[in-house]
Amino acid sequence: MKTLAKHREIWLLAAIVLLIAIIALRFPVFARPGNLLNVFNDYSILIILALGQMVVILTRSIDLSMASNLAFTGMAVAMTNAAFPEIPVVFLILMAMAIGTALGAFNGVLVWKLGIPPIVVTLGTLTIFRGATFVLSGGAWVNADQMSQGFIALPRIVFLGLPVLSWSAITAIALFYLLMTRTAFGRSIYAVGINPTASVYAGIDVGRTKFLAFCLSGLVAGLCGYLWISRYVIASVEVANGYELSIIAACVIGGVSIAGGIGTVAGAALGALFLGIIGSALPVINISPFWQLAISGSAIILAVVLNARGERRQGRIILRRAEA
Amino acid sequence: MIHTSVESPKPLPAGGEITPLLTLSGISKNFPGVRALSGVSLSLYPGQVTALIGENGAGKSTLVKILTGIYQPDEGEIRIGGQPVKLPTAHAAFEQGITAIHQETVLFDHLTVAENIFLGHAPRTRFGMIDWRTMRANAKEVLETLGAGHIDADAPLSDLGIANKHLVAIARAMSIDARIVIMDEPTAALSAKEIEELFLLIEFLKSQKKAILFISHKFDEIFRIADRYTVFRDGQMVGEGRLAGTTQNALVRMMVGRAVDHIFPERQPKIGGPLLAVSGLSHPTEFDDISFELRQGEILGFYGLVGAGRSEVMQAIAGMTRTSRGTIMLRGQEIAPRSAADAISAGIVYVPEERGRQGVVIGMPIFQNVSLPSLKRTSKSGVLRLAEEFRLARTYTERLDLRASSLSQDVGTLSGGNQQKVVIAKWLATKPKVIILDEPTKGIDIGSKAAVHGFMAELVAEGLSVIMVSSELPEILGMSDRVVVMREGRIAAIRKNDGLDAEMLVRLAAGIAQ
Amino acid sequence: MTTDTARHIPDRLDSPFRSAVFSWEMLLVLVAIAIFVINSIASPYFLNAWSLSDLTFNFTEKGLIALAMAMLIIAGEIDLSVAAIIALASTLMGMALQAGADTPTLVLIGVGVGLLCGAFNGVLVTRLGLPSIVVTIGTMSLFRGVAYIILGDQAYKGYPESFAFFGQGYVGWVISFELVLFLVAALAFWFLLHRTSFGRTVFAIGNNPIAAAFSGVRVERVKFILFCLTGLMSGIAAVLITSRLGSTRPSIAQGYELEVITMVVLGGVNILGGAGSILGVVLAALIMGLVTFGLGLMNVPGIVMSIFIGLLLIVVIALPIIWNRLRERSA
Repeated sequence: MKTLAKHREIWLLAAIVLLIAIIALRFPVFARPGNLLNVFNDYSILIILALGQMVVILTRSIDLSMASNLAFTGMAVAMTNAAFPEIPVVFLILMAMAIGTALGAFNGVLVWKLGIPPIVVTLGTLTIFRGATFVLSGGAWVNADQMSQGFIALPRIVFLGLPVLSWSAITAIALFYLLMTRTAFGRSIYAVGINPTASVYAGIDVGRTKFLAFCLSGLVAGLCGYLWISRYVIASVEVANGYELSIIAACVIGGVSIAGGIGTVAGAALGALFLGIIGSALPVINISPFWQLAISGSAIILAVVLNARGERRQGRIILRRAEA
Repeated sequence: MIHTSVESPKPLPAGGEITPLLTLSGISKNFPGVRALSGVSLSLYPGQVTALIGENGAGKSTLVKILTGIYQPDEGEIRIGGQPVKLPTAHAAFEQGITAIHQETVLFDHLTVAENIFLGHAPRTRFGMIDWRTMRANAKEVLETLGAGHIDADAPLSDLGIANKHLVAIARAMSIDARIVIMDEPTAALSAKEIEELFLLIEFLKSQKKAILFISHKFDEIFRIADRYTVFRDGQMVGEGRLAGTTQNALVRMMVGRAVDHIFPERQPKIGGPLLAVSGLSHPTEFDDISFELRQGEILGFYGLVGAGRSEVMQAIAGMTRTSRGTIMLRGQEIAPRSAADAISAGIVYVPEERGRQGVVIGMPIFQNVSLPSLKRTSKSGVLRLAEEFRLARTYTERLDLRASSLSQDVGTLSGGNQQKVVIAKWLATKPKVIILDEPTKGIDIGSKAAVHGFMAELVAEGLSVIMVSSELPEILGMSDRVVVMREGRIAAIRKNDGLDAEMLVRLAAGIAQ
Repeated sequence: MTTDTARHIPDRLDSPFRSAVFSWEMLLVLVAIAIFVINSIASPYFLNAWSLSDLTFNFTEKGLIALAMAMLIIAGEIDLSVAAIIALASTLMGMALQAGADTPTLVLIGVGVGLLCGAFNGVLVTRLGLPSIVVTIGTMSLFRGVAYIILGDQAYKGYPESFAFFGQGYVGWVISFELVLFLVAALAFWFLLHRTSFGRTVFAIGNNPIAAAFSGVRVERVKFILFCLTGLMSGIAAVLITSRLGSTRPSIAQGYELEVITMVVLGGVNILGGAGSILGVVLAALIMGLVTFGLGLMNVPGIVMSIFIGLLLIVVIALPIIWNRLRERSA
């Protein structure tokens, strides 16, 4: 698995570098470190979300409700901040993670205890969470004037040359990497995706592992709920509407297999960055933003074709076999 | 081979009585409508192999699932080392030192060998993270002890062949210091050489005082490797004891409830001229230059070691895979089937090896399974006619003596042997000229085996011609009129079944010179 | 083993009546009746002929797509791009409109684009062997993306009178054309799925594509046809919606795919493939129409309505599971 992974991520990195180089030919501004760091910062949220989605997809599940989770949590936190500006931001962040995890756990429980297929569960919670956002806010917005200074400032604080938002993404990448490669939980996520039957025999509780994966994606969505609204200084029912597709796209482009068991942290992060490069390059190249959807659609299809090539098993080689 | 740098085991006490390591008593398990096990008992002794024998549906796999914590018994008690224990989860069984090796691998293809050996009990660092270096070192050590040092601990499991995967499974058992090792038809996919190596491993495990439960249909293996036996029939334990004190026939009688004299039907073959002529058939990676002839009314056996390419050749003839060159002639006409549907219309049908995966459509009723390849005939301009389908299904399932409560029953609820009958019924219903059977009696009980063989003889007597791919020597020798031996993708020999013996076939299949 | 007399195996054990009464479809009928009653009580505007006729517009368009989607899901695939196909078909119809096309041409273009998009999906899945869920996420973005490229934030208006008939016209009294079309299509799909050998192969593929292939079923060809069918129905829906709205925007039918899938799953089709019925899907479409229409009469905003739909989906799927668990416990 490790060797296969290395190939995939390297190709993606090369593709990203190539893309930047091509754009830089005409628009050298684009390749300036300052600009590239901006792109990273702009897409930090997508990177973090993609990591959470990756864990779920690895277990042969899918979470279509992450964007709605983000919207609800963000609204809850924004409204709290508007009503009680004296509450420290750190506490609000914890609150966001808690709410997000609770929503993720709701998904997880339905999958674990009732055995409802994840696509059905998250199809339902996708609309339930977003509708709940409306009910919570009464349709109203929370905008910049209503948010406290500390609330808005936190992701923008620059530390060692990078804003806190970028550091969040970097920390998330590091933590997820450790989680997936160094802990038994990470192993069990892969095991469940590769071979659920064998996992049972190995003593892994498949249902519980999936439940925890959804809790994790929920936690990540909740955290990004705070990050999103403080970055864009707006909390509304429309926040991240339709974003769930970008999250899945990032994973697919990053080589995470929808069949489960295959995918890496590096891949998911690079997939998100790839979408980021395309998204931020369009205005530079002067292509109208209306092209963005079609381009990312083509990128997804291309990525899936390449994924499939990599996953295809070779036919039996019987003639002149060299079997141990 | 095996480095047994272990002290030799203590000799058995003179009386021959040692205390069992595991005892099951009065175990019962019910499922809706089925009493899978009634009050069975079983004992496993350290350093000894106990063979569990029984027809399909006798309750063996249910018992294994209870021992590995997947199912809970409704009644009865499990004692390990004299202490009563409960095994509510697979993990609990694991902690009690019970481990199982199954026919198909129950391991993880995308993880490495070391990860597979230590999944669930990897050595940890101070911080609770997995200690990779120690894990890899320990994995190498365990593999060395088993004489499997040639397996690369960092290789992904998918790189290994089935025999080596079994070794990894055994290494896993060793690594958790399992006390009880269950082997469920472990030799099913192994070559003769690999079986020998497995037996040496089992001897090693015995010397380590593990208690081994060995489930198998193959009596020659049982008599070679096992010390004791337990026989199940219809969910009950009907006999147990030492193998030294019994015979094959006695065991079969216990299994089946009656003496089985002939396993193979008497035949008067009426063999005609060439029906199917294959010439120079080749595939880029799977087989090369295959030429043989199937005559009208004959049973042509295809023997070879596992992986020799026999199924691949047959699948090509049946239109499932593309060939790079060569011709297939049926009754003098060249045919080039490019799909299963083509082959079926030409009159060639292929009954695949993996019944559950390739043969039956689980989730659909019996009668729909039987009519599936014949829908053009039973329906009228594309519209289904259920009455016709039921008629077709009834005719063929009754001929094969299918045991089922109704034809609308989901085929997944049938036993292995009965599912095989449904598969054969479905193909016979297409009124083929040639029927290719790939391991037709693999993993099915003696009763159904005999039924299938008897049936094959009837078919041939009625004018059908049969190609039978089999890895079971008695079956090849008992049923074939001629035998084709394949080795590594090529034909090694074609012989008339006239004074052939097992040894000769094995030598041809393995490429050992006379 | 031979026995003295041939064993006779009966065709069926259950009587068809029994299995009908205890089926998913019966549950849906009860739910539909319940919601009908609730709606009648909750709003005085509900129980009149024109109101009920308006109700049908809520579900016929999506229902048409759901019929094809059901067959696709039974075969083990899925198509998330249906709403995007609507957008693209509508956009191309609008372009044709600008070029002066007449109504029959418009219809042909709408339906044709749908069919071509479906075929595109079909080729990607069957020829290249790609998993349909991610492929159609890709084509979903691609198709709608093209619509955006063509239209941007503009809209096409000015569809001819005759064109408006499809989405706004009545066949007689209160019966809308859309309703008639839906019922005819439902009948056709019922026949196709449950009474033809093609339909039988769809079930076989959904349960075990490998065994089906070994049994001579042309799996790839059947799946390709199903994708084309789904695209075709999306194209037809595009004509109806565009005709009803009288305009085209690239954001048309946003989110419809999830509602269509909800209809299919609510209708008892197993999302993993292999089981389902057209009757169930029709009932589910009706139920969703009743819910959204009823809530609309009570002035509930659309976004809150979707909470109900989401809850409906989860509750209806979960209830039988919980019921069975409770039964097993007490047994």
